[in-house]
Amino acid sequence: MLGVLFTTGGALASGRAEPWQMWFQPAASPVMERILEFHNIIFVIEVGIVALVLGLLCYVVIRFNAKANPVPSTTTHNTLLEVIWTGIPMLILIVIAVPSLKLLYYADRFEKAEMTLKITGNQWYWTYTYPDRGGFKFDSFLVPDNELKKGQPRLLTVDNPVILPAGTNIRLLFTSADVIHDWAIPSLGLKLDAVQGRINESWVHINAEGDYYGMCSELCGVNHGFMPIHIKAVSKDAFAAWVEKAKKNFAAADGDARVRRAEAGPGAAAR
Amino acid sequence: MADHAAADGDHGHDHHPTGWRRWVYSTNHKDIGTMYMVLSMFAALVGGSMSMLIRLELMNPGIQYFADFQFYNVLVTGHGFIMVFFVVMPALIGGFGNWFVPLMIGAPDMAFPRMNNVSFWLVAAAFVMLMVSAFTQGGPGTGWTVYPPLSNATYHPGAAVDIGILSLHLAGVSSILGAINFIVTIFNMRAPGLTVHRMPLFCWSILVTSFLLLLAIPVLAGGLTMLLTDRNFGTTFFEASGGGDPVLWQHLFWFFGHPEVYIIIIPAFGIISQVVSTFARKPIFGYLGMAYAMVFIGFVGFVVWAHHMYTAGLDADTRAYFVAATLVIAVPTGIKIFSWLATMWGGSIDFHAPMMFACGFIFLFVVGGVTGVALANSGLDLAWHDTYFVVAHFHYVMAIAAVFGMFAGFYYWIGKMSGRMYPSVLAKIHFWAFFVGVNLVFFPQHFLGIAGMPRRIPDYPDAYAGWNYVSSVGTFITSASALLFFFIVWRTLTAGSKAEDNPWGEGAKTLEWSVPSPAPFHTHEDLPDLTGKQPAE
Repeated sequence: MLGVLFTTGGALASGRAEPWQMWFQPAASPVMERILEFHNIIFVIEVGIVALVLGLLCYVVIRFNAKANPVPSTTTHNTLLEVIWTGIPMLILIVIAVPSLKLLYYADRFEKAEMTLKITGNQWYWTYTYPDRGGFKFDSFLVPDNELKKGQPRLLTVDNPVILPAGTNIRLLFTSADVIHDWAIPSLGLKLDAVQGRINESWVHINAEGDYYGMCSELCGVNHGFMPIHIKAVSKDAFAAWVEKAKKNFAAADGDARVRRAEAGPGAAAR
Repeated sequence: MADHAAADGDHGHDHHPTGWRRWVYSTNHKDIGTMYMVLSMFAALVGGSMSMLIRLELMNPGIQYFADFQFYNVLVTGHGFIMVFFVVMPALIGGFGNWFVPLMIGAPDMAFPRMNNVSFWLVAAAFVMLMVSAFTQGGPGTGWTVYPPLSNATYHPGAAVDIGILSLHLAGVSSILGAINFIVTIFNMRAPGLTVHRMPLFCWSILVTSFLLLLAIPVLAGGLTMLLTDRNFGTTFFEASGGGDPVLWQHLFWFFGHPEVYIIIIPAFGIISQVVSTFARKPIFGYLGMAYAMVFIGFVGFVVWAHHMYTAGLDADTRAYFVAATLVIAVPTGIKIFSWLATMWGGSIDFHAPMMFACGFIFLFVVGGVTGVALANSGLDLAWHDTYFVVAHFHYVMAIAAVFGMFAGFYYWIGKMSGRMYPSVLAKIHFWAFFVGVNLVFFPQHFLGIAGMPRRIPDYPDAYAGWNYVSSVGTFITSASALLFFFIVWRTLTAGSKAEDNPWGEGAKTLEWSVPSPAPFHTHEDLPDLTGKQPAE
């Protein structure tokens, strides 16, 4: 059971959290798989250190309380001990740092991307542009509670999910039209700020078709909690077919939806 | 707290101010320390109420109380500012620092008593200004990190952020002046024979903290002023359209912000050293290692700031450096934890309330510390940045560990400050109630963060409901324990048993235990001579 916990994240459904979840969402990308593997190392070290300190503390409390040990010792130095408790943590840190830096560079960028998605943060919705598929774009707004259909998760459902092909190396570009936002998908191990005046770059490879959810992860104003992200990963063929339709659908229509939602006022999108 | 004035009389120096002038014009380190503590307790009620409101809203999915999300964001912002700047810092540095650094080094007062007064009243004014900003034209709904563009004039029009900036400037000046005061006092006014390598570790902790304040706050002040001019005078430091960069603010803020968290915890380290050594009846193990570990933490704390910015878009090599540098801090911190344990090893320990809080500190600081080591890794931060995992981490080290340090200091020193001892049974109940309460609030937040719940949101997808409920229940227990604490304070001051000069026995070796309880208005008017004596640790 622990093995399942550590490798898959312990939850059965994909792409979002389950009630009472205590662990990561199952990994849906190679970056997230590596995050989970590295975290397994860290977790063992964390638990070990806490257990060691707690154990020593409990021992000391019992063995050296005033009743059990009425005469205190006067020891205030032990050079060997001090060398050990300086040296061993340094070794542990090297054990941590090596895989940590490997993960950092792996997650940073992928040279041979097969397509690009551009993500623009706005108050309070995302705009997705497909620059190497003709440059069409569309907005993605939260669907408020009173417009949800049965089975759609509250605060995660959007009107236009991002459609991406599974099994593809995708370059991601992030920017913002206003304040700082952050595009994050926990199950894909993805998170990067969308900042006005900058283009930040990352990449993703979605292992399998499915739905993957995330939420804006940088305080961006009143509706920060209400601009989620929903990626629908489909097969490469389905994606190609969708692209053809999208080029027609989104070429002219991107103005209206945004105006209608923004006029509803702060907080309205959530109610 | 008013009683210590009466115990004076040995030196014909009985005349000291009375009435409101005693407090408003005070140049007495004890009275100023007392005022800082009163401010801290009052601010704790305000900041704590804000966190109570936040957790009430988060107790269940959906919006129950705060449909005005701007106000919710203002609560989040106010809670952060108040706890950091008006609760923990005034208690540890302004309160215990002012009270006990002069007493411990044998000095009659601080080097600059009138500047000490200015420092206090600046903090009081800053607190008032912060409260004003919260109710001005929508309030600052930016988080304590105040990131532009959200905090600039386009997205926060009105005066709220400007008043908040001015509040922080006042608090910043207060801290810089206080830091100068402590540094000069500790370097120049130690009694004969008390070399820096013999002074108590609490004094070392205040010395290191003072250097951190002196070097970090000016950078915050610079950034704040740049934000102020961006908002009001047409500059574009943080605006891309004018050639600036929002990420520049993050660098400036966190260059201050990371040392700030060490400013918060290092004085608590100092208190724990005093308490552990007193109640184990043993000198601190590895005194030099402990002192220089604090120096090292303080120094390295200045070169790790961008671990708060791992998702801002910094290049990979930069992030790699910050991962390595941040991990390094675990080494001196580990030295301190093991040294405290080694101090207790072989000791003869009495588990009075201060020691219970000190032991709680050691355990809970390690819990918070290991999640910090985990967060140091940029790769893992991809999962955790801006989630409740970070919230759990910093509350463990600040709201739990630093606050345990404050309570340990209170119970340890209240007899000296007021002449009366605390009720010991109630204090133990307070410990256990607070321990259970805060762990119930913050431990489940690790789960929420790992599962992907972001910070600073008033509502969440239904999957996060379970642990949010548990966390909020913990808030009720914590609040009850806080009320119990205020009752204990009142009970101590009005009906506590008379405190001896040294209630703690042979383990209490520092100079404050050689003066009467309550400490007279003036102490050490004749300098003690410590040449050739045992180290006053």
